[in-house]
Amino acid sequence: MAKIIVHQNAIKDREAVIKVCPFNALEFIDDELIINAACKMCRICIKRFPDVFEYVEDDLPHVDKDAWRGVAVYIDHIENSIHPVSFELIGKARAMADKIGHPVYCLLMGDNVDAMAEEILHYGADEVFVYDKPALHHFRIEPYTAVFEDFINKVHPTIILVGGTTVGRSLAPRVAARFRTGLTADCTILDVQDNTDLDQIRPAYGGNIMAHIHTPNHRPQFATVRYKIFDAPARSETMVGKLTHCDISEDLLTSAIKVIEIKKKEKVKSIEDADVIVVAGRAFKKEEDLSMAFELADLLGGMVATTRPLIEAGWTDPRLQIGLSGRTVKPKLIITCGVSGAIQFVAGMNSADTIIAINKDPHAQIFNIAHYAVVGDIYEVLPEMIRKIKALKKPA
Amino acid sequence: MAEIGAEEHMNITVCIKQVPGTSEVEIDEKTGVLKRDGIDAKMNPYDLYAIETAVRIKESQQAQVRVISMGPPQAEAVICEAYMMGADEGCLLTDRKFAGADVLATAYALSQGIRQMGAFDLIICGKMTTDGDTAQVGPEIAEYLGIPHVSNVLRIHAIHDTSVILEMNMAESVEIQEVMLPCLITVEKDIFQPRLPSFKLKLQTRERPVKRISFKDLEDQNERHYGLKGSPTQVLKIFPPPVNTTSERWEGKGEELGSRLAQKLLELKFV
Repeated sequence: MAKIIVHQNAIKDREAVIKVCPFNALEFIDDELIINAACKMCRICIKRFPDVFEYVEDDLPHVDKDAWRGVAVYIDHIENSIHPVSFELIGKARAMADKIGHPVYCLLMGDNVDAMAEEILHYGADEVFVYDKPALHHFRIEPYTAVFEDFINKVHPTIILVGGTTVGRSLAPRVAARFRTGLTADCTILDVQDNTDLDQIRPAYGGNIMAHIHTPNHRPQFATVRYKIFDAPARSETMVGKLTHCDISEDLLTSAIKVIEIKKKEKVKSIEDADVIVVAGRAFKKEEDLSMAFELADLLGGMVATTRPLIEAGWTDPRLQIGLSGRTVKPKLIITCGVSGAIQFVAGMNSADTIIAINKDPHAQIFNIAHYAVVGDIYEVLPEMIRKIKALKKPA
Repeated sequence: MAEIGAEEHMNITVCIKQVPGTSEVEIDEKTGVLKRDGIDAKMNPYDLYAIETAVRIKESQQAQVRVISMGPPQAEAVICEAYMMGADEGCLLTDRKFAGADVLATAYALSQGIRQMGAFDLIICGKMTTDGDTAQVGPEIAEYLGIPHVSNVLRIHAIHDTSVILEMNMAESVEIQEVMLPCLITVEKDIFQPRLPSFKLKLQTRERPVKRISFKDLEDQNERHYGLKGSPTQVLKIFPPPVNTTSERWEGKGEELGSRLAQKLLELKFV
């Protein structure tokens, strides 16, 4: 399909040519420049040395893109309650489907799922395909894959969005492999072109690089998206769209997996896993005042962390310490409350996506790295902030 | 395939990968080229847990631990490292025809390589890699081998002749499952503390070969299933992530600031 050819005669500076490859895929063997198995086809070499490297494409696999219609969303659920990522994906699916004039489909599988099926109709799907079977009570890979396969064969959607949940991350690759098609994990930006090709942008290398990926010659196009990347549409009072109940042979729903027991998890989360962190610093005068930090963290679905002085005072667990002698965190949001921002602390948190620092000292070091430097006393700022967030959270 | 009794030992295959030594890679804004300073290679850290799991099983019962990797010839280093942790046998899939493989083509080639290595009862993968970060290769290998898989395994309770009892990590619960062999599992990083490579084993395994598997050794000889040709996804470009360059200073009365912050959090979708 595509390869890179080397024009040996055009090589002038051998050293420079070899160095251009970030993956060490270029080497000289018997005086000949070869591309070894480390090549990722990033084509950087072609960009830098267009006379040495040439990209040739030949016969592409052909897919009839018109035969695939619709943007489908897999409805993820836990104990018969829909995972909110599913609604966010319906919103994204709607935006893309409208752009290309396609319908939005949802796939719902499980046991006793009627209530969930109706709930989906409040979010603007055109058609919900429902597979309701006792064998689908627990998520088990073979029956879930079989149902997904049945759905794709019946509906032929061009794009399929799956939530990046525990189930979604296990199920989507399995189904994509069955259809020998592409799957892009954890997309943060999705868009669709007029020819129904899906533009998928995702982070790689632990978020240090973004990659723009497409699936030009295969259908369906699979993407997984994590929770809270897109916006969920508002729930409408009226139900639109239709429910289509589907049957599938019980023979396809057998599994080599038996669920013996389900144990509720006790919530022991470490601050490294938290998306939102509220840090309590030295400005807290009394131990009981920490309740402000805990309340704020609760409201934001986050965790409280602290700095060294508070650990030494015995106010919090050492596992909550951020900094060189504690943990390194990279949350989406960190709010430091009365933290001065010593270098040892900053080293453990400065790669957070958004940093809000509250400190009454206008010269606090923490302000050097904060995206929002809020000069104020935590005893004045936090109570009002908490009160206002509570008000905002109350449904209108 | 799962007749362990007949062979008297369990065959465990662990899939491992060599990844860049750091994920702190940067892209030169002007040229779009990945800066290569300090990019040495190492074993994908999550794979250490997979190897440890296999070696622990081997310590508790008769088992043979094989490791398989795909990559350039240099990736042999991670197989030798697995030897130092207790793996018995290793093989490296390496061929220019495998180059440019995306998840699907990688999983397919590995599944072909695993078949090439002989019978298998249990396949163990790490949770994900630190370069691709997809966590998809394991499930896709299982699909191509036609065996069940369980992702996010937290613990292994018991291994019987024909099944394994394990704990799967779900978002809000832990499921105890019995899975018939052969099967594939991906393990969480807390399953066991990986041991350090042993110097004694390093000496013992110095001469142990790493089997090379190239395209011509595989059963499926259709070139379109491997490497770039077998990859449905294509990377159009790579670019540095957007950096939050906001730098605002807010001053004023405490209460006003608190109210403004709440509004900002709503705007940033944290409320």
